[in-house]
Amino acid sequence: MKPKKKVEKIVFQSEKDVPLMPMSLGSMLYNKTGSWRNIRPEIDLAGCIQCGICWKFCPDISIEIENEFPVVNYDYCKGCGICAEECPTKCIAMVEERK
Amino acid sequence: MKKEKTMKLSLPTEELMGSGHLACQGCAATLAMRYVLKALGQKTALCIPACCWSVIDGPFPHSSLGVPIFHCAFETAASSASGLKAGLEMVGDMETTVVAWAGDGGTFDIGIQALSGAAERNDDIIYICYDNEAYMNTGIQRSSATPYGAWTTTTPVKHFKNRPKKDIDAIMAAHRIPYQATANTSYPEDLFKKAKKAKEIKGTRFLHIYTPCPTGWKSRPEDTVKLGRMAVQNCIFPLYEVENGEKYTLNIKPREKKPVNDYFRLQGRFRHLKEEHLKFIQAEVDHSWERLLKLAEPK
Amino acid sequence: MKKVIMGNHALSWGAQLGRAQVIAAYPITPQTQVVELLSEMCANKTLDAKFIKVESEHSAMAACIAASIAGARTFTATSSQGLTLMHELLHWASGGRNPVVMGNINRAMAPGWSIWTDQNDSLSQRDTGWIQFYCSSNQEVVDTVIQAFRVSEAVMIPSMVILDAFALSHTYEVVDIPDQEKVDAFLPPFNPPIRLTPTAPHAFGGLTSPEHYFELRYKLQKDMEKVPDLVEQTGREYEKMFGRYLGQVEDYRCEDAELIFVTSGTAGYTARVGVDQLRQEGVKAGNLRIKMFRPFPFAKVREILTKAGKVAVVDRNISYGHHGVFYQEVKSALYGRDHNVPLFGYITGLGGRDITPEIYKEIAQLTLAKDKPEEDITWIGVKR
Repeated sequence: MKPKKKVEKIVFQSEKDVPLMPMSLGSMLYNKTGSWRNIRPEIDLAGCIQCGICWKFCPDISIEIENEFPVVNYDYCKGCGICAEECPTKCIAMVEERK
Repeated sequence: MKKEKTMKLSLPTEELMGSGHLACQGCAATLAMRYVLKALGQKTALCIPACCWSVIDGPFPHSSLGVPIFHCAFETAASSASGLKAGLEMVGDMETTVVAWAGDGGTFDIGIQALSGAAERNDDIIYICYDNEAYMNTGIQRSSATPYGAWTTTTPVKHFKNRPKKDIDAIMAAHRIPYQATANTSYPEDLFKKAKKAKEIKGTRFLHIYTPCPTGWKSRPEDTVKLGRMAVQNCIFPLYEVENGEKYTLNIKPREKKPVNDYFRLQGRFRHLKEEHLKFIQAEVDHSWERLLKLAEPK
Repeated sequence: MKKVIMGNHALSWGAQLGRAQVIAAYPITPQTQVVELLSEMCANKTLDAKFIKVESEHSAMAACIAASIAGARTFTATSSQGLTLMHELLHWASGGRNPVVMGNINRAMAPGWSIWTDQNDSLSQRDTGWIQFYCSSNQEVVDTVIQAFRVSEAVMIPSMVILDAFALSHTYEVVDIPDQEKVDAFLPPFNPPIRLTPTAPHAFGGLTSPEHYFELRYKLQKDMEKVPDLVEQTGREYEKMFGRYLGQVEDYRCEDAELIFVTSGTAGYTARVGVDQLRQEGVKAGNLRIKMFRPFPFAKVREILTKAGKVAVVDRNISYGHHGVFYQEVKSALYGRDHNVPLFGYITGLGGRDITPEIYKEIAQLTLAKDKPEEDITWIGVKR
């Protein structure tokens, strides 16, 4: 996914910069939710049948498709484990996060 | 290490929802939004009242969606959507699909008056209720969508909820709106198809999406999709469509109706239930299912 | 074009001349004729608007706010219980900077059920961030609605145009209906700086942390402070085109007055009769009718009242546990000034009890008999 808008967090230093009404001016991509994670999915592509189920069920849009294979975006993956649970070949393992 | 097989995805790859949002781990309400926006496309405007999604989207001045949102008052999802549609048309935008996007509290309880009003007028909006069966955003208080037997912070184990879930779909059918459907984030293709279908119809359309909530249901985040599937397989939350309040179409009829017990065992909110309660619930589910089968019988 | 119309129809005419694009309203006595005529105007296509016939006032205001955020000019009308049901959304409209214009018919709050006038409904909305105009004639209603659109849209703050139940809402008067072409020249189409559209998607009104909420409210107040000057300018421009001037206040025979009444609404019109009669009897009376209540016209009020011998504020409302609302406001406007004008507070006419010229005479007598007020509230007309 290509970030279309500003990725940094917007903080106004002066009321003059604050818009008239509370409205969004940037995306949430600044918020790297990967830090919420205790366990991380690791995909063993040798077992991957390219079904796209992990991509489809990711609530955090953290599985991207690159060269026809799923890749986890650890910047945002919250570690919910749905991908591992739903993977029909069980080629995704949830492993302890290294902190 | 490229393999021969190429990926065939069952949903379009375009995302109108971005990462970095504030949903809990394993949140199905997020999946619901992702699929609906894939179906409705960029020319969509959302009215979101107080609900999990008013937080999930992110704080001012940020948003995780690529479509405009009007964050509206709790009880005004439907009336705001009606007004937004009228306003957009008056400034020459006849195309944008206006969606009221509310939780079960904002739909079954505090917003039902405005919803009923919009449906009776047949205002040209899609009303989508993502149903996680309690006030999850405020910390798991019971709503009229909370099922019989559930623990919430306002229905403690000793006084668990002893009334059945309100049948919002029957209420909407009684309004004879052109199109309504139940959907479930564990069946994304079905959900996608229904949202697409709704988009092409004029008038008030209603989608009731079942969205498991690990935080409120005391379930494991990884079980979110499994729970949604179970609720269809055991007929607790059947998938069906209703046209003009009369024509019922059952989308999935399980070959073998699974017992409710396994579904209940995966959720901490039902841990206190005894065998007798589960029997009672099974009987209720059977009864509702039979009633639905009758409604969906070819006439 | 001169027409004999009722006050409620004056609101509808104002909305039509202002080319409201979305109307969402719910009927309530004594406002019903506003929405009835608007329904006809929409049906006859003399007004090109979408009229959403909602199921409650709460939904009416919600729909207006959402239509406004899409960039449409919006209008609604209500009264009393309906206005107070909207309360939550009145904050929403001002906080979201949606310049909705609303007619409100002043009607006393239940219980017991009342359909007659007093101001507690609208004055209870004092702190919602709406501009409030109180009218005393049907002509003023039409002219105010048109100007309210201009002022509201210039600062992106909603306006309430207020008239008394029956005393104005159902009273027929000759009204000079302005020409549509001239109104169009005075009031161009609504073109907000920001609007909700999928072509430039923004999320409006999201979760706002202490980091930024404060600044949003600061800006609302700063823009509210621009309104008095704006009302003056807009009023002068309107006067040039239509020959009628509406400012923040109307002062009547105040220049040499030993006693000035402070009034609002139709009671302010009656006060002029009272003033004339008192003058015939040798009492130098004057009347200051407050037309714009929010923002409060501090400068005008100070300028006029500091010249008075005594001031008698006549309130058709009460803030329970405090005093009459206009009395509080005038007192705070005059506090700490060089001229310490004795200020008397009178409450009368609650729940639609008539306010007659005789009442002004009684108030004059009571005020002139004392050097300074002994109490903050003197009740006029309570059966004791």
